[in-house]
Amino acid sequence: MRIRARPISVGIAEGAALVSKCPVSFLGDVNPETGEIADRNSDVFGEKITGKIFVFPESRGSTVGTYVLLQMRKKGTAPAGIIMLESEAIVAVGAIISGIPLVDRPEIDVLETIESGEAVKIFSGREGWIEIDR
Amino acid sequence: MELSPEEERLLESDNETVRKCMEILVALGKIYGAQRLIKIKSAQISGISYKNIGDAGLEWLESLDARVVVRSFMNPAGMDVERWSEMGIDRDFYEKQMRIIRALERLGVEVSLTCTPYYLDSPSFGDHLAWAESSAVVYANSVIGARTNRESGISALASAVIGKTPFYGLHIKENRAPKVLVLIDRDADPAMAGYELGKITGSEIPIVDFGRGVSKEELKLFGAALAASGGAGMFHASGITPEWRDFEIPDERIRIESSDLKSDCHPDLIAIGCPHLSLNELREISRLLKKYGKVKKEVWIFTSRKILKENPEIAEEIEKFGAKVFADTCMVVSPATERFECVMVNSGKAFEYLPKLRGVNVVFGSIRECIRRAVE
Repeated sequence: MRIRARPISVGIAEGAALVSKCPVSFLGDVNPETGEIADRNSDVFGEKITGKIFVFPESRGSTVGTYVLLQMRKKGTAPAGIIMLESEAIVAVGAIISGIPLVDRPEIDVLETIESGEAVKIFSGREGWIEIDR
Repeated sequence: MELSPEEERLLESDNETVRKCMEILVALGKIYGAQRLIKIKSAQISGISYKNIGDAGLEWLESLDARVVVRSFMNPAGMDVERWSEMGIDRDFYEKQMRIIRALERLGVEVSLTCTPYYLDSPSFGDHLAWAESSAVVYANSVIGARTNRESGISALASAVIGKTPFYGLHIKENRAPKVLVLIDRDADPAMAGYELGKITGSEIPIVDFGRGVSKEELKLFGAALAASGGAGMFHASGITPEWRDFEIPDERIRIESSDLKSDCHPDLIAIGCPHLSLNELREISRLLKKYGKVKKEVWIFTSRKILKENPEIAEEIEKFGAKVFADTCMVVSPATERFECVMVNSGKAFEYLPKLRGVNVVFGSIRECIRRAVE
């Protein structure tokens, strides 16, 4: 099944999905050393985003968050790709400079459709889409 | 977003830095709903202090390989690049900081290291810019009538390399309309009034009636505080700023009274120059020192390297009285401030950020009050 989405950071990525229903800030909510979700209120607290296709609704928080993705890339703890319902500047720029593909505004609600653990592919170029086995 | 054939080609450029910079501008254009990119006159890049961007930022800057195509300025660094050891900066920090500066210089960014680039080369009314330092953004939009959004350090750098920025937000005239009318008491200190107003109005654009004439330096302090405590990208001042007549006066009204927002800590550092001082302000400090005499506390004065180089006598006059005049940095971005307990400032912006970023207490006073406290 192909889900159309808006390409924000270009590239191709695949991996197991990790779906967070809560908004995420990369400064504070994610531990860049381990790649684990550090926000105790999150529904995916303690899960690793490393190598995953990280799916979450939106981000919040400080502009320093841009450099957190870069740090994670350097340490090898970054996600393989990101899907957001609505992206914003901090995560978008962080993903671009870190070479992490990112798409947003999927045509269906992926928070309901995609389940944590299932295999997901992202294509982000002139056009963008998400592929899942259904 | 509609891109010209030339812009499309930059998205496919063999140069990775150019390609990424273009990708950043297109992504931001999509996120903010811009229809196209527009040319800019200059860029101003923040995120220079090693304290703020760390090794990840430093290594990323060193990995870039391109040249900026418009005049581009650097925001202040974490230290005076000549007198860093006098500030108490260690060699390791110095070396990392110099690597950041050199990485940007290699791209063609001027080593201006100031939050007041408009004192180096003022933009003109209507110029489109991509500036990142929030106090400079407010000054350019409000006092000069140039047009810039509040960029991040990285988006400003991307704009410097491409020479363009996405056309949205404050680049569009109708988005510059005021949403609230603010009456400020004649006796209120403009820096403190800006600080208090920002807490109330957040990122909304106000039109302000100061009830008296105000200098450009007062507008600078007011705008810097407004942007720090609230987040607005500009303001209008009735009868003063260039676009104040261009819009309808909003119905919503707020009154800001003269306040006594002074914490009671005893300063062990008095720091003046957030934003960096103009030549006029340096002269005022020199006059006050001549009147009140030698300082008995640590007093740090911050301005740009260019103003210091062009007016070496003014720094000498001030330093005769025991104050130190530093360039390239300020009390907010330098870790040197962290070793003090209580810092006295005349800046609403520093009043907002010093406790958060440097973990020190703050007390507020005008330049005159700062100098009087220094000689006690």
